[in-house]
Amino acid sequence: MAGLTLPASRRLGSALQALIPVTVQSRGFQTYSLPELAYDYGALEPYISGEIMELHHSKHHKTYITNFNAALEKLHDAKDPQSIVALQSALNFNGGGHINHSIFWKNLAPKNQGGGEGPQGPLASAISTQFGSVEKLITKMNSSGAAVQGSGWVWLGLNKELKHLVVETTANQDPLTNKGLIPLLGIDVWEHAYYLQYKNVRPDYLKNIWNVINWKDVSSRYEEAL
Amino acid sequence: MSKQTLEFHWGKHHRAYVDNLNKQIKGTELEGLQLGDLVKHAYNNGNPTAYFNNAGQAWNHDFFWESLKPGGGKKPTGEVLHLIERDFGSFEAFADEFKQAAATQFGSGWAWLVGIPAGSHGEDKFGKLAIEKTKDAVNPLVLGHYPLLTIDVWEHAYYLDYQNRRPDYISTFIDELISWEAVTARLEQAKATINFYDVKMSSI
Repeated sequence: MAGLTLPASRRLGSALQALIPVTVQSRGFQTYSLPELAYDYGALEPYISGEIMELHHSKHHKTYITNFNAALEKLHDAKDPQSIVALQSALNFNGGGHINHSIFWKNLAPKNQGGGEGPQGPLASAISTQFGSVEKLITKMNSSGAAVQGSGWVWLGLNKELKHLVVETTANQDPLTNKGLIPLLGIDVWEHAYYLQYKNVRPDYLKNIWNVINWKDVSSRYEEAL
Repeated sequence: MSKQTLEFHWGKHHRAYVDNLNKQIKGTELEGLQLGDLVKHAYNNGNPTAYFNNAGQAWNHDFFWESLKPGGGKKPTGEVLHLIERDFGSFEAFADEFKQAAATQFGSGWAWLVGIPAGSHGEDKFGKLAIEKTKDAVNPLVLGHYPLLTIDVWEHAYYLDYQNRRPDYISTFIDELISWEAVTARLEQAKATINFYDVKMSSI
């Protein structure tokens, strides 16, 4: 019997979802490169400045990738368990930075690409049922995000087994998957994400960022994960 | 380090830690404690209480401002230099290790020059200088070490002036900003509880 051929878009669905550009080195290990933004650096103004977006994407995210690739090379060359295990914090930190920022760029969109337009469909129902309203979810995420001490992220995640939406925070660049949750929406609360524009007033950054949240992306992550 | 940075760092960040800490301990038995003791108490042996972050950050920032001076940096002299050369090999080796620690503290935190008392198992017969890095609000007091110098590597400490270029900020700190006078004064105080020289020799 001939094998089932799925349409190309279905087959590549999950891979496209990840959309993290990779190349395979001639030495046989995978390295990563900086994904492009779907919008200009200045497109999220006045909520997030172009200056921040450019530094955040072309410097901070780029550095995580550079250092992740360097750690992957060391991993490839490691000759004993001690050397392998010694790399775990570099992998977690830099790999996590790459994962988290790749999600973040897609979670954002300018107003003319739908940024700020509330959730529809299954995600909207789930939010309504589990939080009461989108406004209540936002309040909860903002207070959790403001309370992160040091550097980290605030997330809307999915507990897949319980089919429960969860607001959770992570420290530094720990990926949300380390906590067993699927990331749907992440807001970077490292100071570099807002300092040049908002200085110490993180709550103002959190209040404003909802104007450029790309709910379509969050919804498709939700539906993909279910 | 720009005026604007100091206005925000001292006037907003540090002030908020102090104000919030005062609110948290108001009316409790913690109110009369010295800040250093409050920090150790709040750390609670690794299971920090709700006010540890504010207490630690209040202490750390006091210590940081005193670690700086205009026209500072360059090399220390006297006993500080002697011990640095003894325990790191050279001032340059110390500077490299300090820069490395400050640059590789993942996320928010601090890098420190500390005095460490003689080892409890007898393998270190005298106290020595060392470099440590801590995350978020943690400081060497909670480890039983004696802080001598610190650099704040939370992004708010350098972002307005250096953006992502933390290594440039660290180099400027070493070259232009360290108050070696403050370090010298702290070393003198540290000697009350740490013996930095061979026990037999110092009893001569």
